[in-house]
Amino acid sequence: MFKIDAIIQPGKLEPVRRALAVIGVDGMTVSEVRGHGRQKGHKEVYRGREYTVDLRPKIRIEMVVPDNRKDEVVQALADAARSGEIGDGKIFVEPVLQAVRIRNDDRDDLAL
Amino acid sequence: MSLLRLGTFLLFACSAFAQSAPNDISALKEAVAAAQSAGDNAWMLMSAALVLLMTGPGLALFYGGLVRHKNVLGTMMQSFAMMAIVTLIWGVCGYSLVFAEGSPFLGDLRYLFLNGVGAAPNADYAPTIPHLTFMVYQMMFAIITPALIAGAFAERVRFGAMVTFSTLWLFIVYFPVAHMVWGKGGYLNPFLGGVVPVFDFAGGTVVHITSGFSALVAAVMLGKRRGYPHEPMKPHSLVLSFIGACMLWFGWFGFNAGSALAASSLATSAFVATHFAAAAGAVAWMIAERLHNGKASALGAISGAVAGLATVTQGAGFVTPFSGALIGLIAGFVCFAMVIIVKIKLGYDDSLDAFGVHGVGGLMGCLLTGVFATNQINSALKLPNGSPAPLGWVDGNAAQVLNQGIGAVIGIAFGVIGTIIALKLTGLLTTVRMEQTDEASGMDITLHGEEGYLFED
Repeated sequence: MFKIDAIIQPGKLEPVRRALAVIGVDGMTVSEVRGHGRQKGHKEVYRGREYTVDLRPKIRIEMVVPDNRKDEVVQALADAARSGEIGDGKIFVEPVLQAVRIRNDDRDDLAL
Repeated sequence: MSLLRLGTFLLFACSAFAQSAPNDISALKEAVAAAQSAGDNAWMLMSAALVLLMTGPGLALFYGGLVRHKNVLGTMMQSFAMMAIVTLIWGVCGYSLVFAEGSPFLGDLRYLFLNGVGAAPNADYAPTIPHLTFMVYQMMFAIITPALIAGAFAERVRFGAMVTFSTLWLFIVYFPVAHMVWGKGGYLNPFLGGVVPVFDFAGGTVVHITSGFSALVAAVMLGKRRGYPHEPMKPHSLVLSFIGACMLWFGWFGFNAGSALAASSLATSAFVATHFAAAAGAVAWMIAERLHNGKASALGAISGAVAGLATVTQGAGFVTPFSGALIGLIAGFVCFAMVIIVKIKLGYDDSLDAFGVHGVGGLMGCLLTGVFATNQINSALKLPNGSPAPLGWVDGNAAQVLNQGIGAVIGIAFGVIGTIIALKLTGLLTTVRMEQTDEASGMDITLHGEEGYLFED
């Protein structure tokens, strides 16, 4: 099992969900986060007071997939989230030791 | 046949009219007076409600959106508390101290607990509406004025201290100044036996100069918010501020046009001048901002509109629509410069720009009324021979600018000295500023024990 942790542009959530649905992946956790990589911040001015905003709003998608599906999910996700501009985000993949479905105590691949 | 019947009918009708003419005419006069009173009273009750709407939710939203989210309820409560507390004070003695005839500087207590204030009109102020309507309309001005000051010490004053200060401030500043400008025999009231004639149609001096300069003093005496100006203190919701500003614009029609105290053509004139000033103020601020830092912002546009409205308040019922527009335009540019450039250079923390908008706007509006007031719009002031007196510089009465200046200086002096006294007294009675940890946690939790935004179950 692998955990796929993707940080994407807020506007790309729906295209990514559609692309994942096409290949039959529908379990995921989505959160609104803030951060930045190489993308520069922007300036905001409120009645003359200037603020540089470095942390941009992003969407974080977390999902755990069986070993054999990792590559196609990562590819589908990257393709759907890509605009080609700075700020498109990153995908991190890490191994997962155990999964439990709380409702019925299913374990590992059965629990996904 | 039918012509004959018509002729007979007319003959009877005429003779009947001739016999009872005196009765009919007096009945007709009564009916006309009742109809006028009904129309005027409807408008004035509506105007009173409009002015209340300016404080809550108008000002509460406008100010509430400008603070950080941890202070949203504390800031809105400052406005709402005024709606409740000033109402009662006004009924008990405030109305009497302002509008009863007394000395040139303060009314006496003949209307204590609204004694004698009822259905019969008060001919001195508003002869066509119930005295009680006039009382409740003027109450709404006393409510919004201390609520405006709260913008200067937002995000750091304790609730009890704000309420105590505002109560003292009403007695030391608002009641005397309002009596001088609007009360019968008031020192500055040109229409009811004043000494120095100051034209203040809807409260440029009474409301905006007093609250604005008091705000400056309060901001300096209280000190900056901890972390200002290094830490970010962004407005948490310009959407709230936007809605609030639009409600202020809407309510201001009651404030300014209602100050005609009748559903008259003068009310229309004040309505239009007010609207033009708000529009011109918004345009001016947007232009200034576009030139200064490249973008016209939503906060800038609404700030400009409020600046235009505050500035035209004094002259609304004395100036032509395009004088109103010019006043608004000047207000937008000058208040922009005050808020964006001067305040930041001087370094005081007038958190929500109560001084930069209301103080500066009120002062300019007071002086500009001396320039643009004309008897073509308002002919209430008569010369001894019965013809309308020249009002402002445009009527050839350049000295009026000086008179307005005297009024402004008196308003400023009361605001500055009164605020120092009221804040010192408040400091003797209670702690004025929030503790450091409380200020960091925010007013909502520490002062009121609740949160404005709960997005979880």
